[in-house]
Amino acid sequence: MKVTLNIWRQSKASTKADFRQDGKLVRYQLDHVSPDMSFLEMLDVLNEQLTQQGEEPVAFDHDCREGICGSCGVAIDGVPHGPERGTTACQLHMRSFQDGAVITVEPWRAAAFPVLKDLVVDRSAFDRVVQAGAFISVNTGAPQDANAIPVPKADADRAFDAATCIGCGACVAACKNASAMLFVGAKVSHFVHLPQGRVERDQRARNLVAAMDREGFGNCTNQYECEAACPKEIPVRVIAELNREFVRAKVREEPVVDKGRGGDG
Amino acid sequence: MKWLLEFWRSSIGGKVTMAVTGLLLFLFVLMHMLGNLQFLAGPATINAYAEFLHSKPALLWVARIGLLVIFAVHVRTGIRLATQNKAARPVGYAVDATLRADWASKSMLLTGLTTLAFVVYHLAHFTLGWVHSRDHNSNNVHAMMKHSFGHPGIAIVYVAAQVLLFFHLRHGIRSLAQTLGLNHGRYTPMVAILSLLLAAAIAGGNILITLSVLLGIV
Amino acid sequence: MKLDARIPSGPIQKKWDERRFETKLVNPANKRKYKVLVVGSGLAGAAAAASLAELGYQVECFCFQDSPRRAHSIAAQGGINAAKNYRNDGDSIWRLFYDTVKGGDFRAREANVYRLAQLSVNIIDQAVAAGVPFARDYGGLLDNRSFGGAQVSRTFYARGQTGQQLLLGAYASLSRQIGLKAVKMFSRTEMLDVVLVDGHAKGIVVRDLVTGEVRAHAGDAVVLATGGYGNVFYLSTNAKGCNVTATWRAYKRGAGFANPCYTQIHPTCIPVSGDHQSKLTLMSESLRNDGRVWVPKKPGDKRKAAEIPDDERDYYLERKYPSFGNLAPRDIASRAAKQVCDEGRGIGDTGLGVYLDFRDSIQRLGRDAIAGKYGNLFHMYAKITAEDPYAQPMRIFPAVHYTMGGLWVDYDLMSTIPGMFVLGEANFSDHGANRLGASALMQGLADGYFVIPYTIAGYLAGQKAGSVQGNRPEFAKAIGEVAAMQKKLLGIQGKRTVDDFHKALGKIMWGRCGMARNEQGLQQALQEIPALRDEFWRDVRIVGGEAGINQSLEKAGRVADFLEFGELLCRDAKERRESCGGHFREEWQDDGEARRDDDKFCHAAVWEYQGPGKTPTRHQEPLTFENVHLAVRSYK
Repeated sequence: MKVTLNIWRQSKASTKADFRQDGKLVRYQLDHVSPDMSFLEMLDVLNEQLTQQGEEPVAFDHDCREGICGSCGVAIDGVPHGPERGTTACQLHMRSFQDGAVITVEPWRAAAFPVLKDLVVDRSAFDRVVQAGAFISVNTGAPQDANAIPVPKADADRAFDAATCIGCGACVAACKNASAMLFVGAKVSHFVHLPQGRVERDQRARNLVAAMDREGFGNCTNQYECEAACPKEIPVRVIAELNREFVRAKVREEPVVDKGRGGDG
Repeated sequence: MKWLLEFWRSSIGGKVTMAVTGLLLFLFVLMHMLGNLQFLAGPATINAYAEFLHSKPALLWVARIGLLVIFAVHVRTGIRLATQNKAARPVGYAVDATLRADWASKSMLLTGLTTLAFVVYHLAHFTLGWVHSRDHNSNNVHAMMKHSFGHPGIAIVYVAAQVLLFFHLRHGIRSLAQTLGLNHGRYTPMVAILSLLLAAAIAGGNILITLSVLLGIV
Repeated sequence: MKLDARIPSGPIQKKWDERRFETKLVNPANKRKYKVLVVGSGLAGAAAAASLAELGYQVECFCFQDSPRRAHSIAAQGGINAAKNYRNDGDSIWRLFYDTVKGGDFRAREANVYRLAQLSVNIIDQAVAAGVPFARDYGGLLDNRSFGGAQVSRTFYARGQTGQQLLLGAYASLSRQIGLKAVKMFSRTEMLDVVLVDGHAKGIVVRDLVTGEVRAHAGDAVVLATGGYGNVFYLSTNAKGCNVTATWRAYKRGAGFANPCYTQIHPTCIPVSGDHQSKLTLMSESLRNDGRVWVPKKPGDKRKAAEIPDDERDYYLERKYPSFGNLAPRDIASRAAKQVCDEGRGIGDTGLGVYLDFRDSIQRLGRDAIAGKYGNLFHMYAKITAEDPYAQPMRIFPAVHYTMGGLWVDYDLMSTIPGMFVLGEANFSDHGANRLGASALMQGLADGYFVIPYTIAGYLAGQKAGSVQGNRPEFAKAIGEVAAMQKKLLGIQGKRTVDDFHKALGKIMWGRCGMARNEQGLQQALQEIPALRDEFWRDVRIVGGEAGINQSLEKAGRVADFLEFGELLCRDAKERRESCGGHFREEWQDDGEARRDDDKFCHAAVWEYQGPGKTPTRHQEPLTFENVHLAVRSYK
């Protein structure tokens, strides 16, 4: 099959949120595309062609190519990861497109995810949000036996539904407000459904929301584009849980009083 | 107080503020619509209702000021969130595509701002008598409404505003449940339907009053 | 090269206790003065970086991905073994130890494997405490399933994404330490050399993949957790970025490379569909719990699967290995698949494939039960092949998956370069010639969480903290060498792309040194690879410069190393004149079953670099089996 590609080309990293001057869409033609190729394999073919012609290949993030590492992510005709639901760009196959299709490929668009080059964006904001509290504060050592605390299967399944997040950023990319609440909600939901995660639930909710706000992500306006774009189909229920946890944590927050704790001798 | 301000400034705090004020405003427009439906029962009923409301000035002013504050907070927070959202994604994709969002959810700012403009107009019209002042008659509410809605121009503005309010409420009511943390596999779809019905009831009730005059039924 | 495994004395059950007691400690107040450089952020790297930081060491951690959470451990599907015996089905530390030694075809070091089995129990506890959502039964307790090479259910799992959940657990711990400023994380940063000062590893040279800057980091010890080298075959189940560069460059600085020929070919992968293919996708081994493997009895039978009646099907694993059946170990199942395809009984257009059929399980358990267990895998299969595995059997074929060989390490996981420790798939220690399913996650986490935190102290206690800084001339020299190599690559300006060379190398490797190897083929490979390498250095084309993101340059450096490493792999395969585990020499077989030569090859082969263009030296670490008797490995 044949396809025409409009690909965002940008040679230098964006420094300000408005990217329009930083790059442009460039048109490419591919004449021998197999329907069995994945979308990224199709980009490989383009890059081989460009290299042969002495042009710089299109930079794009990718690694595992089996839909789990979360590296890949491009907006295909304005939709993160493209037209198939519950599928990452690396698992999207060209058979999902018509012969002769014109396909526009752009990087994630969000002020918190500045473009580094072509289709590569900087998603380190996600890492910083996680560093603010998406963990259980347990050191390596000798915790109690894994079966010491039974977890009802329904709770474990709910935690798991949230934990499937691969951190690709499609939720932010799909949101007109570039909100990260599906991502942050998934972190909160994962831990709050497990007994061992509930110990730190208040500070986790407060710290994650503060970190999310610091990074300049937008606010959820309940359009649920994130849920529709999420390759792991994480439900927006987690955003409701995030809201609930945050309000709960804020209401329960004690005023800070410095008692100047003494040493223990 | 500092605590409250901090909460308000946070993203979710802002959303919760929208939800809580939105809920109160929704309850107000619901009561407002139900009260005004008495118009259809004839001059005696609606005028007695108006007289009843004006007979307790203290209560009336507390309610008015309270409503105004809630409304102001709702508008102010909404504008803040919208500004932040614009900054979070200043420019979108070359190809505009949405997977799920409906017009109601995409146009909250538009429908909110037009509702704001309409409220100003509505107050200037019926409460303060600054516009269409020759119709203004706070002693005979029934006559005032009948005169006003008899003008096709005024009636169209009222009907159009209600249509926009319908969309605003249609997304607002289902959203406020989610924002307040209520999401459940069984009940959330019901909330979505309820949100549609309530929004339609409010807009429909108000439009019924307007059209009943315009079409000469009352 | 001196190979002293430094295995503690005493009975095998006491060895690890013994080592932990005799190892020197670093005073808590002094720990913060030592800096440890951890390269790689997969299960081993992230667990090590987090655990060392928790102890108080200064840690710098490096990964080439844009986030430490994306290391390829994330793609492990099936599960992680642990000798918990929650099932009361006869499991024990000893049995896990025994199964792993036997599964590795008696080519692993007993003491290491025993420690691994001991630590397996702690890993599950640690992971659960960190919030890893393992599968649970209706009583709320942890669930288990069976995996190849074992007759007990000891595999813990998290749907089909156990690797992702365990890695996210380790990544969460690492993130906590980054947030506490105990770990400095360098993402999108690739290690390109190790810096030796007075013979000790005291730093690394890295390239910042965003700016292109080449710089050095100095530390008191270096930990490599950089994964395996399966991509030397071009097509494998590894992520595209997986590479041998870190371990290869360490080898060229003096680290011994052990058993590079031990590569694992996984039996259940989706077959290749065409030349465009960039990677192969694994279908978890757990599928063999409920799927039955078969091919038609008649060669060249091109009927659809559903049209072939049962009595014309050959369920060859059940026929050949009645006691393990479809759960025969990976090397054995792969070889059996190759054998039936060689007989012309392979299925699909290419004839390179066998069926994995769920018809009977769906009939017995119902479609919903199968979907509940393997839904995401079935979904993935359907996505890739556009076939419905509920309605017709999956087509599968073996593919390169894991590499048991790696840098040689002693019992403390230290390589032959003092101060350089190697963890996880990057080392050679625990799996022998074949790795059993659900053991890679176990080893990565055991090394990172529970071994290195103890053993590194033994080294650091003898070192003066911060004794080497980046201003030593060795650092500038190493940076210069890395920069020169880059310049050379960019200067070639030939005609062929990097991928083109990589594919060509992969064809040689798979053809000559894949599932079956022989003297003549390996000899040819040893001529073809250097020729291809010469051509690469004459004719490769890389567009773009050193500055900024240049993904072709990144790939070129990795492929250049694969072109050298592939030769060592083939050389090792040629010298190991026996069949064992994943290494199958056609000359040594009993009707398709591997025939070991314990008299001559009961040792780890360790290669020492001798300089460019020179043949490396082969050393031996003899393997002694005091607790498990050397026996012919039978799964019949």
